[in-house]
Amino acid sequence: MKNINIEVGLRTAYDINKEMKKAAESNDTITLKNVLGQRFIGSGISKEIKIKIYGVPGNDLGAYMDGPEIEVFSNVQDAIGNTMNKGSIIVHGSCGDTAGYAMRGGEIFIKENVGYRVGIHMKEYLDMKPAIVIGGTAGDFLGEYMAGGVIILLGLNASKKQPLTGKFCGTGIHGGAIYVNGTIESHKLGKELKPVKMEQKDISLIENYIKQYRKYFKYEDEIKTDKFSKYMAVDTNPYKKMYIKY
Amino acid sequence: MLKKEGEIRIPSGCAISGIIDKKRNRFNGSDIIKSIALMHDRSNGLGGGFAGYGIYPQYKDFFALHIFYDNETIKHKTEDFLNAHFEIESAGNIPTRKVSSIANKPLIWRYFVQPRIYKVKDLCMDEKEFTARCVIRINREFDGAYVFSSGKNMGAFKGVGYPEDIGDFFMLENYEGYIWTAHGRFPTNTPGWWGGAHPFTMLDWSIVHNGEISSYDANRRFVEMYGYNCALQTDTEVITYLLDLLVRKHNLPIEKALQILVAPFWNEIEKENPEKAKELKALRTVYASALINGPFSILVGYEDGLIALNDRIKLRSMVMAEKGNKTFFASEESAIRVICPEPENIYHPAGGEPIVVKLEAKI
Repeated sequence: MKNINIEVGLRTAYDINKEMKKAAESNDTITLKNVLGQRFIGSGISKEIKIKIYGVPGNDLGAYMDGPEIEVFSNVQDAIGNTMNKGSIIVHGSCGDTAGYAMRGGEIFIKENVGYRVGIHMKEYLDMKPAIVIGGTAGDFLGEYMAGGVIILLGLNASKKQPLTGKFCGTGIHGGAIYVNGTIESHKLGKELKPVKMEQKDISLIENYIKQYRKYFKYEDEIKTDKFSKYMAVDTNPYKKMYIKY
Repeated sequence: MLKKEGEIRIPSGCAISGIIDKKRNRFNGSDIIKSIALMHDRSNGLGGGFAGYGIYPQYKDFFALHIFYDNETIKHKTEDFLNAHFEIESAGNIPTRKVSSIANKPLIWRYFVQPRIYKVKDLCMDEKEFTARCVIRINREFDGAYVFSSGKNMGAFKGVGYPEDIGDFFMLENYEGYIWTAHGRFPTNTPGWWGGAHPFTMLDWSIVHNGEISSYDANRRFVEMYGYNCALQTDTEVITYLLDLLVRKHNLPIEKALQILVAPFWNEIEKENPEKAKELKALRTVYASALINGPFSILVGYEDGLIALNDRIKLRSMVMAEKGNKTFFASEESAIRVICPEPENIYHPAGGEPIVVKLEAKI
């Protein structure tokens, strides 16, 4: 395994991404140190390399990413995994808004909480099934306009003060599934989201992601699956009434 | 000639940052410049600005008027007006340094003034109302003159350019304040001109804003009924006037005023206990036109502290953190970490959740 260290500091995102693309050709891992707000890290690299990030990376981390595994040892900001296609992003912290925006494939694991609109318009096609696994809690509009893939919300730190989800869950959802460790109060459900029965295959799917979550974050306690509930779209075309029929 | 907002349209986010020291320990403008500079990519060089509080302790009892002039003629005309209405304690141009990227600067002047007492008494006003009216009048009637700061012991500094260059231009390292806010502009609907840069101010209120106020016209019609004039045709200025109206003129506590700007949804109000629901309903009804809609995250500086506020469904980012006596706000976490590497209590305020950090009482 060949690794290259890149000192980032206050260098521009343009510089860093250019250097990374070059480094990716001849290395197996890239370690970025003292990252501070640089955007688009990991995008434009179509190789299954590992990228380790120390410091807070900028918005659109792993945007359009097609292969790498990014591991971030701090919080991340907005729109991580924007339209990513393949690979994974593992965050040892919390994240801002719109993680997994329009995601098409790959996996995102977030150890702690996420902000608003996580999984907005994520989608799936045949074997391309993106997944977002959240250890903590989520803000409003979780899975907004979701068209495919899965969101798994573990809510390990959920409490009365820090509720599992915010309001307007799954507003506009028309595909995919949201699994939460508990239940979403009915007033928090978007009009287009409804609870559905959990089946054995759902449990197996969750167990698989929980296993990975525990491995990535060295989470030792058991995470039981018996309290999970599943939510899906009411309709695959919720806004059809708003359009003229031909 | 400066192009005014509304004369052209530039389709194109923004960045905001703020720091407050609750104990009123003053610090210079270097940190706020560093913070906003980190978010360079969020702006496009068409506007940058800062507000500092506690920066003029030697003149703390005077209104500090910062004025842009297009030319000497309008300056003389405006100064005649100022002389007729105010005692001018001190006047001079605001010191700037040459920065290669800053061009087409207007004349930039500063006056420390007190309203002429007999005029204030004649009009049965208090000095704040008198000063506010004079500021509105200059901005409306003196074409080519624009008062962009009018509070006591505070000042706005703004212009066309990237914020870090504007900060350098105004030499903000030479000012010390206990609250600083900053804005990097990426104009979406209107051109960048010196007056159109943030912050927008009225007396000691200053606002930096990332987003777009969809309810602008409804809000504008509302404040204009109370004598304000939205001369800049840019959405942000109306928030400044709304707060000035609700808090200074209508005497509402700041928390209530903010509740009006981001009134809870009707279905949220219904869930409250009857007494609380009645109050919320009354506020929403009486001040229906003061509700702000559209995507925004704003930072509001005022004489008692610093406020952060997001639109109700949080269409813009905002993060806060603390360290010692200081509270930091920014559009991005990295913009806090660049000046405070190990912040505590990192928190993303929820949509419509006002965060008010108050200064401790003056000693």
